Order: sequence, then structure tokens, then C-alpha cells
Amino acid sequence: MIGNIVAGLYDAGVIEVGDFESIATVTVGAGGATPINFTSISSDYQHLQIRLLAKATSGAFQNIIMRFNSDAGSNYNWHILEGVGSGTPTSGSSVNDSSIYMLQDTSGGYAVAVLDILDYKNTNKYTTIRCLSGADLNGSGKVQMWSGAWRNTAAITSISIAHVSNSFDQYSHFALYGIKG
Amino acid sequence: MPRTYEPIATTTVTSGTSVNFTSISSAYTDLLLVINGNGTGGVGLQLTLNNDSSSLYSYTRLYGNGTTASSDRASTRTLIDANIGNFNDRQNVLIHIMNYSNTTTNKTILIRSDNPGSFVGSIVGLYRSTSAINRIDITLPNPGSYVNANFTLYGIKAA
Repeated sequence: MIGNIVAGLYDAGVIEVGDFESIATVTVGAGGATPINFTSISSDYQHLQIRLLAKATSGAFQNIIMRFNSDAGSNYNWHILEGVGSGTPTSGSSVNDSSIYMLQDTSGGYAVAVLDILDYKNTNKYTTIRCLSGADLNGSGKVQMWSGAWRNTAAITSISIAHVSNSFDQYSHFALYGIKG
Repeated sequence: MPRTYEPIATTTVTSGTSVNFTSISSAYTDLLLVINGNGTGGVGLQLTLNNDSSSLYSYTRLYGNGTTASSDRASTRTLIDANIGNFNDRQNVLIHIMNYSNTTTNKTILIRSDNPGSFVGSIVGLYRSTSAINRIDITLPNPGSYVNANFTLYGIKAA
């Protein structure tokens, strides 16, 4: 057995302080919560990333939606490629939707997602989103790849993540990060 | 005080069958293990956590080989198959271990596996333990061995 590395001895990282910053974090308490809101997002960064752990208060694989700047108009598109552990993977999409579908969670266990919002402050183009997500429940589960667009050139200053059918259960965790370019 | 996105440890191996990260600090929120390289033997990477080889692992996969898209799963396993296909071709594997240091929830792992020679895919895995993760092992089973592979472990800390 080789390559036994005691973590913490390496301290010559190439990531400069401030290149990838934690902006805000929400951990759901007892009783559940929805939506999760990030507001007054600084324009200091080039991209945003959301890393989350989410569980529904009840029900199986339910949709989680995202909106920007409180926009509930028909200004969102999204696509999904999904594997459910057997059979042929499925794909879906929506155009002119009132929100982006970015994740599905379940009361059976915690789903996770890493979601990138690219060029969020650029006022010359629409905002593009990509997301890798999934939950495995030891005998069931889904792994999903999503992409989406918000057809608005405004800089993003707020993000709302909401549960369509129920609420996010206790210990669900949402972390927003900024990436400098 | 850890930085938000910090390299914890790195190694490049040109032989052997196992790479281990031990004594991982609980100071971060998520871990990201970035792997680039290849091995021999026609076998794939195997992931275990906390030196635990009990039947606490499971996963669901989504992948394509350039002709066909597929999805499958494995349940009640002693490890997680951490890449799609074998590790013979030079490839990237990104392993996110989410909320690894909390002692309340089981641990969910997200993997992106990119092998330009044969597969592209994603894996979601579950380690049914609420223990904080302090050790990661990435192994090539017999008859495999590493040829030239780099492993870098990052810690990501939420506010």
C-alpha cells in the first residue's frame, strides 16, 4: 500500500485567498423551511456556485426550483438527463417556464447538488446554469445532469431555491460561493 | 483557520495499488478529490471511506459510451466503484464528498467520471454512516496497478 498521505501537511496551494469565497450559508432547522433565499449578492465575482444537501419533509423525488431576482415570469429554460439505476436514461426539458428545475430531493435521504451559475453579473447575455445532482437510497435513487438558462440580461442579485411540493427538512444545507475571474 | 477552497494533500503515483488520505481535518464542509491519470489491469477505481469495508455503500450511475446511454445501480456493497469503466486510459475523476464532517447524516458522494477513450458519466453514491469522514482510500483491485496518476484532495468550507 503506497501513497499514504497524512492530510494537512500540504500547504502550498495554488488557490489564492479570495479566489473562491464563501458568500452565505443556510442550514434548515427543526420544522423545515422553504424557500431558501440568498439576497444582496455582491458583484465582486465572475461565477457563483451553490453546493447543497437537501431532504424533503415528505414524499419521494420532488422538484426543487430556482428563480433569480424574484422573476416569476416565463423566462426560464431547462434540460435534464437522468439515470434511475436501470433501463435507458431519460431526458426532459421545458421552455418559457416560470422557474428552473435544478434538483429533485426525497424524504428517504439527502440529495446533493453542485450547481454553477456562470457569468452571473454579465449584462450582455443571458445567464447559463449547470447542475450535477442526485440521491442514492441503497436500492433506489437518481443521478441527474441539468442545464438551464434565465433569459434576462440583468445581473443576478438574488437567488430563491424553493420546494415545489413540501419543505426542506432539518439539516438541509445550502452554501453559496463566489468565484473570481 | 482554513481558507474557503484549500488543497489539503496531493500525490502522484507511478506504481502500487492504493492511495490513502488519512487524518483528514473536520474543519471543512465538503471534500473534493481530483484524480487525473491511468493504471493497468483493466479494472476501475474503488472508493472506501474511514477504512470501512462493511456493506454500507451503494450507488446509482448514468453514463454513455458514444453509442449508448445507460443507467445502473449497486446496493449493499463493500465499496463504491468510483469511475465508469476501467482506469487503463488517462482520464479525469472528480469525487465530491458532501457535508463530510457532519455527524447527523449519512454521507452522499457525487462523482463525475470522464474517460475520453470510452465513457462519460456521473455517479451518486451513499455511505450509510453518520460518522465524519477522516480517511479516503482509492484502490485498484488485482490485477491493476497505477501507472501515472495524480490525486489532489481539496477542502471547501462554507461560511
